[in-house]
Amino acid sequence: MTGAVVQHEFATALLMPAMRVPAGIRDGGGQDGAHDQERRFAVHRNNVVVSLVDALAATFPVSQALVGEEFFRAMARERVQADPPRSPVLIEYAQGFADFIAGFAPAASVPYLADVARIEALRVRAYHAADALPVPESLYRELVAAPEVLAAARMTLHPASHWLRSDHAAHSIWLAHQGLEDLASASLDGIDVERAEDVLIVRPAFEVVVTTLPRGAIEFLDALRAGQILAAAFAAAQAAVDDLDSGALFTLLIQHDLAVVVDATLEP
Amino acid sequence: MSDSSHAPTAACPPASAGLPCRAGVGYKFQHFDELGADPDPPAFVEVHAENYMGAGGVPHAQLTRIRERLPVSLHGVGLSIGADATPDPAHLDRLAALIDRYQPAEFSEHLAWSTHDGRFLNDLLPLSYDAATLQRVCEHIDRIQARLGVRMLLENPSTYFEFEASTFSEPDFIAAVVRRTGCGLLLDVNNVYVSCCNNRHDPSAYLAALPLSAVRQIHLAGHAQERLADGGLLLIDNHGAPVADPVWDLHARTLVTIGPTATLIEWDTDVPAYATLRAQARHADRIADGIHGSSEGMAA
Repeated sequence: MTGAVVQHEFATALLMPAMRVPAGIRDGGGQDGAHDQERRFAVHRNNVVVSLVDALAATFPVSQALVGEEFFRAMARERVQADPPRSPVLIEYAQGFADFIAGFAPAASVPYLADVARIEALRVRAYHAADALPVPESLYRELVAAPEVLAAARMTLHPASHWLRSDHAAHSIWLAHQGLEDLASASLDGIDVERAEDVLIVRPAFEVVVTTLPRGAIEFLDALRAGQILAAAFAAAQAAVDDLDSGALFTLLIQHDLAVVVDATLEP
Repeated sequence: MSDSSHAPTAACPPASAGLPCRAGVGYKFQHFDELGADPDPPAFVEVHAENYMGAGGVPHAQLTRIRERLPVSLHGVGLSIGADATPDPAHLDRLAALIDRYQPAEFSEHLAWSTHDGRFLNDLLPLSYDAATLQRVCEHIDRIQARLGVRMLLENPSTYFEFEASTFSEPDFIAAVVRRTGCGLLLDVNNVYVSCCNNRHDPSAYLAALPLSAVRQIHLAGHAQERLADGGLLLIDNHGAPVADPVWDLHARTLVTIGPTATLIEWDTDVPAYATLRAQARHADRIADGIHGSSEGMAA
């Protein structure tokens, strides 16, 4: 009996409540000589599953409010048992949960749930992302004053900025749950949940901000993050949106401190 | 030592290394403002390394501020020293970066395993104490200390059962690891109490078998209890309550033996108000003062 066999059996039994307690456990016997291996092993079963379900519940409060605690915890438990974390750094474990929800059949009746979970997961990613100093606003003014330089500029966007496209009003639904003592009291009245929304998650300094994006912004930001020049990024947005407001896209960069490096030649 | 001498003992490090021999608290994000405003803060704080393995943001900004003011103990919960697999090089890199950045007064990890087959189980799982496990654990600690460039502290676990395959008692196993690797000991007095109750050992005999001269830090925490079907008690190390009276007593008896020692209050679930946590640390200091005399004038 090697250690490898024991730990494999142990790890498998931890995640499968129906599996019997691994052999070779000695509990000393109770006062009447009785043994209670099941109850003792259950401490570890409980620690593993409950701690990871708790970690997901703490990261996804709005998702939990949308389906109720009981449903959420059952769903999280299924994920924990089917797909335990791959790293002791649990920040990353949140990221895969939205995909799990998207494929979780019992949650199909709440079609916007996975996108709301994506917002919550990206907030955690932004919270822990690298720090970076946004470029000063004066640099944007200099760029605007030199259109040919602006067109050829490339930007490094803030590492704590993320965006997503939802087929539902994921941002409005998320926003309706903010600032409440009791998240279950949130109302979706007046929200057309079928209205698609593009969402931006940013953290210029320390506070994570979530907001909606104008049309074309996703294409614009995707192009910039891919290293394209501003002219190409505007063109990508133009191709996606007939009546593009390119000024609004440029304003977005300034308003949310999105650029941390601008590669441009400001000399004429 | 049982007199009231202020002279440092083996457990009390020089000012430039190790933790001050007073009470500290486990740091919680929600206590940042109150800790910063505390005119008489705890002697040190301990943080869980894995909570600071993101690249930036609030956690690092807070820890940087705290580190400017207080010594920090870096406590890992995910290195999985007892696992079959050798310690994950990527995780060691992350720990090395934290040690380089924050220069903690101590780095500690657990005698336990928490990963298997590339998966992290988020619990401190028990080991069978046999020759093969001893060899493996010592190799892993050698590797960790070589990579991190520090002498680590190994924490004794809370256990809920033992293994038929064990050929060492837990304290004998720990003594062998300390002797072979040169690591220090993080003595969790609550874990001693929990393990001894659960496995029907005498805590005093357990402590007597440990290499107490290697203790560099003590952990204290609260536990929960359940009644087993056979009428016995099962104690659960949940870090979710004040330190229990029998654990304070065991701690005091330990301090009489080993002298002034850095003592941490851990409270990780149902986290209380800062004042409640601080009061537990003050209580630990009062116990130490009662045994070793007041620390007034003692260099921290």
